[in-house]
Amino acid sequence: MDATTVLAELTGSIATVGYGLAAIGPAIGVGIVVGKTIEGVARQPELAGRLQVLMFIGIAFTEALAFIGIATGFIFGY
Amino acid sequence: MTQAATFIAKASSTEGEFHPPSIEEFFPNPIFFEGTIFAITRINLIQMLATVVLIIVFLIGTRRMRMVPSRFQSVIEMGLDFVRVNIAHDLLGRKDGNRFLPILTTFFFMILFMNMTGVIPFLNIAGTSVIAVPLLLALVSYFTFIYAGLKKSPSNFFKNSLMPSGLPWVLYILIIPLEFLSTFIIRPITLTLRLLMNMIVGHLMLVLFFSATQFFVVTLGGWWTLLGAGTLAFGFVFTLFEILVAFLQAYVFTILTAVYIQLAVAEEH
Repeated sequence: MDATTVLAELTGSIATVGYGLAAIGPAIGVGIVVGKTIEGVARQPELAGRLQVLMFIGIAFTEALAFIGIATGFIFGY
Repeated sequence: MTQAATFIAKASSTEGEFHPPSIEEFFPNPIFFEGTIFAITRINLIQMLATVVLIIVFLIGTRRMRMVPSRFQSVIEMGLDFVRVNIAHDLLGRKDGNRFLPILTTFFFMILFMNMTGVIPFLNIAGTSVIAVPLLLALVSYFTFIYAGLKKSPSNFFKNSLMPSGLPWVLYILIIPLEFLSTFIIRPITLTLRLLMNMIVGHLMLVLFFSATQFFVVTLGGWWTLLGAGTLAFGFVFTLFEILVAFLQAYVFTILTAVYIQLAVAEEH
């Protein structure tokens, strides 16, 4: 293609970039969930068990978005 | 070590350039009954093996139970007690917890055993890494929480899951379709994808590390061996990580089912 009209050219599967983008949000989300749980346990150590269960539920919901990101890469990338 | 050895032996059959792992790994050629709908692949055999092992472990573990448990019996008791106390009773209470305990226990141990095959040498692929298993389990979970809600009180169930209280009525036009989508459509999809993708990605990571080791050490050789040592070390670390993930995913699937049942049988929010 003409060099004056093309700024950057990409070859290969662009779907692989998708997961990287999709992982940003859940990564921040999981970080916040775990961080806040640690904060909560530091304030009230006797609630550690209960908070841990809630933490895993929170992580599971947040993390699901990242896995949808992987799945769409496989579904639409081919 | 055998884990790495099998990967390396498998990968070294093809010489030359580096072959990254692909999604094709999860669609192996059938071994028995090829061409029929009952075609059995390597992964199906692994699923059957995991099921047989699960049944045998529990048969042996619960056959001669004593008041003072043997070491093996106490391990089994610890596992069963974990699901009963930490998941069922904790989230559903004693009465509902005991009602749904069989299904929660089945979920937990079935997923755990099928996930574990992903890190066992010579098997090397999780039984849950093809969509049939997570999808089936997610559908069972889906119908269970709908059954639980309908059995308790249909009006309460739909009111709780579709119309969160304390909103002005205009917002319900927006909220009801959204809540319907999130409760009745997104839930089974995320249950399926979470388990499936964890297992697929875990397997791809392990294959990537060990086949990279094979590529650096066997194909390239020389100074590249140092890099191969690095990928081998990462491979072992990720094997340990996969054991954690196998347990965690079984736990998360079971606990989410319990949470969905809890939300379905709740009186008021």
